[in-house]
Amino acid sequence: MEEIRSLIEGFGVALSLKNVGLMFVGVILGVVIGVLPGLGGANGVAILLPLTFSMAQSPGGTTSAIILLSCIYWGALFGGAITSILFNIPGEPWSVATTFDGYPLAQQGRAGAALTAAFTSSFVGAFIATVVITFLSPIVAGFALQFGPPEFFSVYLLTFCAFVGMSKEPPAKTLTAMMTGFALAAVGTDPVTGTLRLTFGSVELLSGFDFLIAVIGLFGIGEILLTMEEGLAFKGADAKINMKVVMQTWKELPRYWATSMRSSIVGCFMGIVPGGATPASFMAYGGAQRFSKDGAKFGTGKIEGVVAPETAAHAAGTSALLPMLTLGVPGSPTAAVLLGGLLIWGLQPGPMLFVEQKEFVWGLIASIYLGNIAGLIVVLTCVPLFAAILRIPFAVIAPVIMVVCAIGAYTVKTNMFDVWMMLMFGVLGYVFKKLNYPLAPLVLAIVLGDRAEASFRQAMLVSEGQMSIFFSNGLVGSITGLALFLLAWPVISMLIAKAKGK
Amino acid sequence: MKIKLSRKFGVTAAALATALAGFAFQSSAHAWEPSKTVEFVVPAGTGGGADQMARVIQSIVAKHNLMKQSMVVVNKAGGAGAEGFLDVKGASGDAHKIIITLSNLFTTPLATGVPFNWRDLTPVQMLALDQFVLWVNAGKPYKNVKEFLAAAKGSKFKMAGTGSKQEDQIITVGIEKSAGVKFIYIPFRGGGDVAVQLVGNHADATVNNPIEAVAHWRGGKLRPLCVFDPKRMPYKEKVTATMSWSDIPTCKEQGLDFDYLMLRGIFMAPGVSPDQVKFYTDLIAKVRETKEWKEFIEKGAFNTTALAGKEYADWVAKEEARHVSLMKSAGFIAGAK
Repeated sequence: MEEIRSLIEGFGVALSLKNVGLMFVGVILGVVIGVLPGLGGANGVAILLPLTFSMAQSPGGTTSAIILLSCIYWGALFGGAITSILFNIPGEPWSVATTFDGYPLAQQGRAGAALTAAFTSSFVGAFIATVVITFLSPIVAGFALQFGPPEFFSVYLLTFCAFVGMSKEPPAKTLTAMMTGFALAAVGTDPVTGTLRLTFGSVELLSGFDFLIAVIGLFGIGEILLTMEEGLAFKGADAKINMKVVMQTWKELPRYWATSMRSSIVGCFMGIVPGGATPASFMAYGGAQRFSKDGAKFGTGKIEGVVAPETAAHAAGTSALLPMLTLGVPGSPTAAVLLGGLLIWGLQPGPMLFVEQKEFVWGLIASIYLGNIAGLIVVLTCVPLFAAILRIPFAVIAPVIMVVCAIGAYTVKTNMFDVWMMLMFGVLGYVFKKLNYPLAPLVLAIVLGDRAEASFRQAMLVSEGQMSIFFSNGLVGSITGLALFLLAWPVISMLIAKAKGK
Repeated sequence: MKIKLSRKFGVTAAALATALAGFAFQSSAHAWEPSKTVEFVVPAGTGGGADQMARVIQSIVAKHNLMKQSMVVVNKAGGAGAEGFLDVKGASGDAHKIIITLSNLFTTPLATGVPFNWRDLTPVQMLALDQFVLWVNAGKPYKNVKEFLAAAKGSKFKMAGTGSKQEDQIITVGIEKSAGVKFIYIPFRGGGDVAVQLVGNHADATVNNPIEAVAHWRGGKLRPLCVFDPKRMPYKEKVTATMSWSDIPTCKEQGLDFDYLMLRGIFMAPGVSPDQVKFYTDLIAKVRETKEWKEFIEKGAFNTTALAGKEYADWVAKEEARHVSLMKSAGFIAGAK
């Protein structure tokens, strides 16, 4: 086995004392970055990129540099789940689905269990994706080449349709929320003609609504407004603070192996394509809900509802490195910065990288295994610490969250206007919650709306306006077909229920 | 207070980066030098060509300790870069802010009508000019521009490119006009995506920058047909088994009479003093002397023209006039349908 020998050599490179030290430094930095909303993995990596430039000059230094940066990335992926679960504030788009069951769990005093499940599933997802990278890279690397504009659009369509089909709220409310999101996503620059739209001459609106601003406001500020109304208390105050919770949760986790496997497959597929971790996390959540025995109870605080999106998001985040390394196409904003790093260090990502820079590639792959183990150790030992945050009185923690949110919103583009936008989104989030409109479709539409639009219009340019392009080959046809089936699912299941009732 | 906190974070992070890298400060004799962190604005997203160049400069400045204060790169990509340009335009007299430009310095105000012009900024120094190469999939039968254009005539070839009404689309229109063919232009988000669309045969041709497509060329997936520079590229070192950058013919040699080079240059806010401009031209001169910069330039096969002062301003003015006429004839000017 050629791969195994190369991998062992890779471990030899990655396991030096210096590199292991860098891994822990990277992971801890990453967790801190992931916890602060607005900073995000991409920004964190970008800030530290110049630092690695001089590292990369020494022999073997390029590997150390990428180990440090990729470990910040893993740390940020882990860290994103923390605020989603504790405060209902997703720090990254792919953590949104984690809030659905993670936050209810925290409110029931099971924050420790939710965090442990999230971290462990993240690790499992990343591990499986790394195994895929290790052994299947030559086969799957070419798969991304199958994806042109119609294929990308069909994947986004599938994500949206799955959402409408699986939502607990009436489909009309989900659609309303989603359409509001599409309208917000349309503000800014038109991706195909390059002209400005819906900016009303305002300079601030040029770049449209950033996902982070929307999510910090809708979830973070909205939640605080709601909590204030409902009586100034966090319900998670009785969270237990000890390491036992980790062991207890681990005992429960093997039950969800089927969900884990399914989510990993979804995640790897979406990472390699590269469709991104956000659609992967939503699809995995939807899938788990459909196939689980407890599907109906999803959203009320099921561990399985945390396992599914976290596994998929990490599998996608990790496997996104594959198209980056072999094709030079970044699967996520953070991967884009890492890609810039590779170029600055003098490495040329592409089909030749695996041939010419074997030591670097396998050192990196080995460091993904080790980095995730380091990450798991760091975050698991901190579970009681994180869970204990909920014991702080609301009167203390709420202002702190407000300030951190405001700083986060400001940091995204160093723009004061965004802080006001955040507050407006907060009010919108409060209104949505009071009226029982779901927030997630709104957020999903803001994140994926412009990409879906761009893919759709690119496909229309290619086909000169023929919709049949979405069924023009087996791949795109089956994804589109599945999407339409899921969209119609509420109607179909109603008909089935009626037929059975008779 | 909030503002201060996050500014502080940026400064601390940058200071930390400098300190960690372990450099000792040395004194220099300048009429003016920065007294706080210099913000390096990139009017484009992270990971693109301008962003890479800015980050290379940032790391060279830090590594060789070319400046007492640190430099932070800030991406302001909104509205095809208008966000970044307006930010610098509004920072009149602020010498702690520089901006790297690409062709959107000309194309964005023309295509969107956002009110700014390069004359609103202070020209500092041209860094290099970026090349464009006509690429096709290596599996296709056409081996030169003539065969390609013959195949393109009559059939609707798809041209994938970065962005809309920007350099890639301008070049596409340039080819159309000079060769009498018609392409379907499909805009994508970044140069890497564009290259992969071509490798995957979802498009028939691209005009990627060398650095965006070189990996696939070396992997035997793409074929360069010609370079849109009036002169061949000077880099003679073999990139693939048989070819170097200088082996790629110019488009003009191949009978396609159109050339285009993209500005990579530095500007400052309006109202800064000549001493302040001189500090940055001296700084860039030092950066250009380093081994790292030369390696970077060769890897990206850049055209190394680097003007400063009045020559630079004249060049920019000429280039602006050219963009106005190119975009007018392509119908890309905002409000003028």
